[in-house]
Amino acid sequence: MEKQYETVIGLEVHVELATKTKIFCSCSTEFGGAPNTHTCPVCTGMPGSLPVLNKQVVEYAIAVGLATNCSITQYCKFDRKNYFYPDNPQNYQISQLYLPICRNGGVEIETKDGEKKVVGIHEIHMEEDAGKLIHDEWEDASLVDFNRSGVPLIEIVSEPDMRSADEVIAYLEKLRMIIQYLGASDCKLQEGSMRADVNLSIREVGAETFGTRTEMKNLNSFKAIARAIEGERERQIDLLESGKAVIQETRRWDDNKETSYAMRSKEDAQDYRYFPEPDLVPIIISDEWIEEIRSRQPELRTEKLERYKTEYDIPQYDAEILTSHKKLADIFEATVALGKKPKEVSNWLMVETMRLLKEHDLEPSDLTFAPENLAKLIDLIEKGAINRTTAKEVFEKVFAENADPEVYVEENGLKIEADDGALKAIIESIVAANPQSVADYKAGKKKAIGFLVGQTMKAMKGKADPGTVNKMLTEILDS
Amino acid sequence: MANVISDETIEYVGILAKLELSEEEKEQAKKDMGSMLDYIDKLNELDTSGVEPMSHVFPVHNVFREDVVANGNVREKILANAPKEKDGSFVVPKTVE
Repeated sequence: MEKQYETVIGLEVHVELATKTKIFCSCSTEFGGAPNTHTCPVCTGMPGSLPVLNKQVVEYAIAVGLATNCSITQYCKFDRKNYFYPDNPQNYQISQLYLPICRNGGVEIETKDGEKKVVGIHEIHMEEDAGKLIHDEWEDASLVDFNRSGVPLIEIVSEPDMRSADEVIAYLEKLRMIIQYLGASDCKLQEGSMRADVNLSIREVGAETFGTRTEMKNLNSFKAIARAIEGERERQIDLLESGKAVIQETRRWDDNKETSYAMRSKEDAQDYRYFPEPDLVPIIISDEWIEEIRSRQPELRTEKLERYKTEYDIPQYDAEILTSHKKLADIFEATVALGKKPKEVSNWLMVETMRLLKEHDLEPSDLTFAPENLAKLIDLIEKGAINRTTAKEVFEKVFAENADPEVYVEENGLKIEADDGALKAIIESIVAANPQSVADYKAGKKKAIGFLVGQTMKAMKGKADPGTVNKMLTEILDS
Repeated sequence: MANVISDETIEYVGILAKLELSEEEKEQAKKDMGSMLDYIDKLNELDTSGVEPMSHVFPVHNVFREDVVANGNVREKILANAPKEKDGSFVVPKTVE
């Protein structure tokens, strides 16, 4: 009988924190500046420069720790991790090994068959990001941009509790949601503000001990993660089946070729020659400080979902979509706060907004329109100034350019003609021009009215309310 | 000397530290490292149970900065430290993972 293998997966997730400045200096963390314009002696590792810790980094790390049920290390410090690489100007990275800020947490995920499962969090530590290497195509050289050097990261290390790609993605989505709700990061995989390294091993079903694991890097979408997990599982099974051993190593996933290759044999922790960072003093986190951060924690998804159901009378399914991303929830609440009906607002977000996001391959965090403009659009419909078909067209402008619906409707002459006299005259001319449809209608084919409504709407260039047209037509035909 | 550093160890430490040592330097380094470890062994003779490991020599903690941008663009000054620069970046030997 063929052997059955179980996949064992643990994740190391790096999250770039949403601070304005770097972790140890007052340089901006803004993304996309010209090379080396956000640098100073500290983040370029100049001799004699000294790091000073950004308080906000500690507060975000504690906030994430609390939201993932970790215990906070109240006596906490930094360590030096020594290695040579050109993107690391100090030849060491300031990180945490011995006393990471958060430990022993976990988050609950829902597996594919609807079961709940807790994925343990071994620790969360604070560290600095490295610079960026760009390879010069013309010369045999690389160019170093230190703008990202010193950008604060937290690394969330899970326990090896996941058994499939689905569980990994459920865990990542859960983490992302929590961190986005906290405002601690925007967690964009494509832009690298959330990066996941996958530690994977296989073992025969029922085995007690773990197999040798590999670490996979360069995974920048959920799809790539799923493909890489499948690919690595297959690779390891092939090795074992052909009597070879899995080597502990770091592998780089190439999503275009859907294959991975070994980067370097993984150095043992002692090779990094960690030692306590002498340039930074310890952090003592008091009970009061923790409680203060706890009291400031925003409402997280689970609570929000329940509140939407009770406070706004929104069905479970709708509430799930609305709270699936903080940005959607924020727009929803802000629009409702402007006095709009929750169900109506929810429909615009769930149907049109989600459709346009999908069409443009965007994420909710990319939404740029103001809640005020969605509110104005709903106003226009409620006042009967535009019909729903026009409203959808206007919404596309709101979505794409944050257009002011009132101005847009006015400028493009999309308002429904409120002049009943003009509408009546058009309807009468349509009735006169289509004797066959009128005859069909009078003969009992009530559906024939649809054609006449269509003709009227066309003649009105869409600036009429189909309901009103239908009503007036019926009156004229039945009289 | 109680601690003897092997040739393999000194070779390995040299690789990690990116140092190319001559034969004489290797011998000297082996001797120095051995005596450092002897000293640590001496410290280990002390009973330190119940003593918190010290992580910093100064009795200072919680030194923080507020999260406010205070540094501007000083690229020219920073790049003045580069042995070679191009397109606003430091030039290093080609490094590919």
